[in-house]
Amino acid sequence: MDQGSAAGTGGTLISLSDSEQRCYSGLYALCQPDSSGKLAAGKVAELFRASQLPAETLHQVTEVCGAKRLGYFGCGQFYGALKLMAAAQAGLPVRLESIAGELPLPVFVGITNELEMRYPNQPLTNESQSHILGSVTGSAPRPPADRPVLRHPDTSMDKQEVWSPPQSPGISPPRSPSAYRSYPYGAQRNGTDTLLVYEAKVPGLPSVPQENSSPSHYSLRLQPEQPVITRVASVERLVERVEVDYSDDPWRITEEQREYYTIQFRSLQPDLSALIMGTVAKNFFTKSKLPILELSHIWELSDVDKDGALTFPEFCTAFHLIVARKNGYPLPETLPATLRPGFVEAAVVTAPPSEKIGSVDLQMTSRQGVTTKQEARDESRKPEFSPKRIPEPHEKPTQHVSTLKPDSPQELDANMKSRTRPRSYSSTSIDDAMKKVEEPPTPPPRPQKTHSRASSLDLNKLFQQSGQGAKSGWLPPPPALPPRPPATQIFSFIPGSEKSSQKVVQQPNFADFSKFREEQETSVRGGLSTEDLTPPKLDSTVVHQGHAPQKPVRRKIHPESQSATPPSATPYSAATLTKSTQRPPPKQKREIQMAIRKNRETNAVLTRLNSELQQQLKVVHRERVTLESQLELLRPVAST
Amino acid sequence: MQTAIMIVANYPLYIRSVPTQGELKFHYTVHTSLDVVEEKISGVGKALADQRELYLGLLYPTEDYKVYGYMTNSKVKFVIVVDSSNTSLRDNEIRSMFRKLHNSFTDVMCNPFYNPGDPIQSKAFDSIVSTMMVQAF
Repeated sequence: MDQGSAAGTGGTLISLSDSEQRCYSGLYALCQPDSSGKLAAGKVAELFRASQLPAETLHQVTEVCGAKRLGYFGCGQFYGALKLMAAAQAGLPVRLESIAGELPLPVFVGITNELEMRYPNQPLTNESQSHILGSVTGSAPRPPADRPVLRHPDTSMDKQEVWSPPQSPGISPPRSPSAYRSYPYGAQRNGTDTLLVYEAKVPGLPSVPQENSSPSHYSLRLQPEQPVITRVASVERLVERVEVDYSDDPWRITEEQREYYTIQFRSLQPDLSALIMGTVAKNFFTKSKLPILELSHIWELSDVDKDGALTFPEFCTAFHLIVARKNGYPLPETLPATLRPGFVEAAVVTAPPSEKIGSVDLQMTSRQGVTTKQEARDESRKPEFSPKRIPEPHEKPTQHVSTLKPDSPQELDANMKSRTRPRSYSSTSIDDAMKKVEEPPTPPPRPQKTHSRASSLDLNKLFQQSGQGAKSGWLPPPPALPPRPPATQIFSFIPGSEKSSQKVVQQPNFADFSKFREEQETSVRGGLSTEDLTPPKLDSTVVHQGHAPQKPVRRKIHPESQSATPPSATPYSAATLTKSTQRPPPKQKREIQMAIRKNRETNAVLTRLNSELQQQLKVVHRERVTLESQLELLRPVAST
Repeated sequence: MQTAIMIVANYPLYIRSVPTQGELKFHYTVHTSLDVVEEKISGVGKALADQRELYLGLLYPTEDYKVYGYMTNSKVKFVIVVDSSNTSLRDNEIRSMFRKLHNSFTDVMCNPFYNPGDPIQSKAFDSIVSTMMVQAF
């Protein structure tokens, strides 16, 4: 490979300085030259794209350097192209004349890290850094302002050089970020800025064992970058900076991160205590451009109650894992303790007192142990966050506490859920999975425990299922009792549907309960105040065929299944209400009392009946099991 | 001693065997046992969705191994193949294994990033299955 001066573009010789030689040869090697010296077109295209020049410029460059004519990029053409790109980036027209003079090195966002690693050369990196800064802003005043900043962490720059060589063998973690250069997480692409974040971030990528000095100068290095407008980039920096602060524990979610996650959560689901459905979360996380396998793994780690949806803590966990992964941390096999919902709860709840002491800025600085210069830079750096942060240092504690409060019951709930493994969550989210998910192990109770939205749907399904004898007699059986289709079952107690007391009598199968029905109806009829017992389920016409016995009674027996029994509203409640409106008020009180008494009696009776039926069910079940086992024993013998 | 666990939805979704050689033989076994599964399903004829019936029991014993089947409501079949020499395994144990398998399977399904029909690549699922196989066999 003829380096040095033999860049023969269009016949003119171009001299390369030392640094340029190094840079170009590195880039050349990067583009995978084959045996004859031609470069892989794909790599070259990638490199060109990374130069952030507009397409026409690139075309011009290709043309001028002679590659277009030749049809490939040879060494000379490549060097020429690089020089032309440097010229273009410096603002000069793409002409051969412009590359005759001394030019800064071309900047390739995302590629330069290679150079920095291969040539851990202070001048080079300083140059490239300053050029990174220079090229991004494109304005002269900026770099001088940055110089003092750069000079400040000069010693730390040395340190950085020291550990960049160790990084060069272990290229793979830095590579992974550069692989996803364009990261439109917030669905906003500000290419230069976001890329810049990564580009600057990559050389400073903390490999898992970190020195504490590295965070400080690493974060300082980020200072001179221009304020990034996209939420993405600012978050990334925020994340990495803060994450880097906790370099001993990258799995801990810090305050700023939590805030950001809260904002993101709210954008998906305004209620903090509610859940994000699986598909919604999937779309959101897919934007992060992580491979599906990793996202799948992250989901498995973070969805602790396995319900196919994310609560707020689960969402934070998932988000945090994604961020960590994007920063190059390998995914853990199991959820780290600090990311478990319960843990985070405790940590943040204890945080508010400390927050009350000072503003977040102060806290940050105390955490980082850096001068106030950084503080000022922080605020300028993150225009989005500072307005949020500064006005609400006081709101923050309350906000946190309040967000946590809904979290904590949710947490307990989730924990409970995780133990009991509720599965079928909502019928709206995952259609196919829903079907599969609603299978046994314990099909019937789950929907009603968790959900009130599509409960009518679920219950219909349930009724069909449990119509054949819910397998487990221990289920609190609003499904078990009602849905036996009328005249077919042993358990003939099941009341048929009634629109009015008259119909009850007419149904022959339900002789046992017809008395109850009548009683109940008369008692209920009187009581307007039995509203609490007869919830406004006027849409009960869905379920006609004996689906629910007395609703008020049921409510008392199974308070937890209240939400699941809307469709089980008895039809007579409609009749009841109409009748009750006809009653004059004076009689109300007495009738209410009578109604209450009668209800209590019916309650008692029904509970007794319930338990008896449960017993019967168990017995029958056992018989069935024995019969089946006998059958199985016989079967292999029978069929050969 | 060879054992294998396969999940098939008319095409294999997941196959794991211990030891890992001889998988081809298990493939073959599973395919042939699918016929028996079909036979059992059609023979039952009821439209019930009781869990009891999800467990199909011993599909057929050969001199080398025994095949147990289990079919979910969505027609996904789990098949466990065990050595005949392993007589210590009782029916209840197999049932519990199927139950665990089913639980883990639904966990995988819950994952929105999992497209039904893809081979199962979840590491968590793998680990559960491995521990189950090691502990049982």
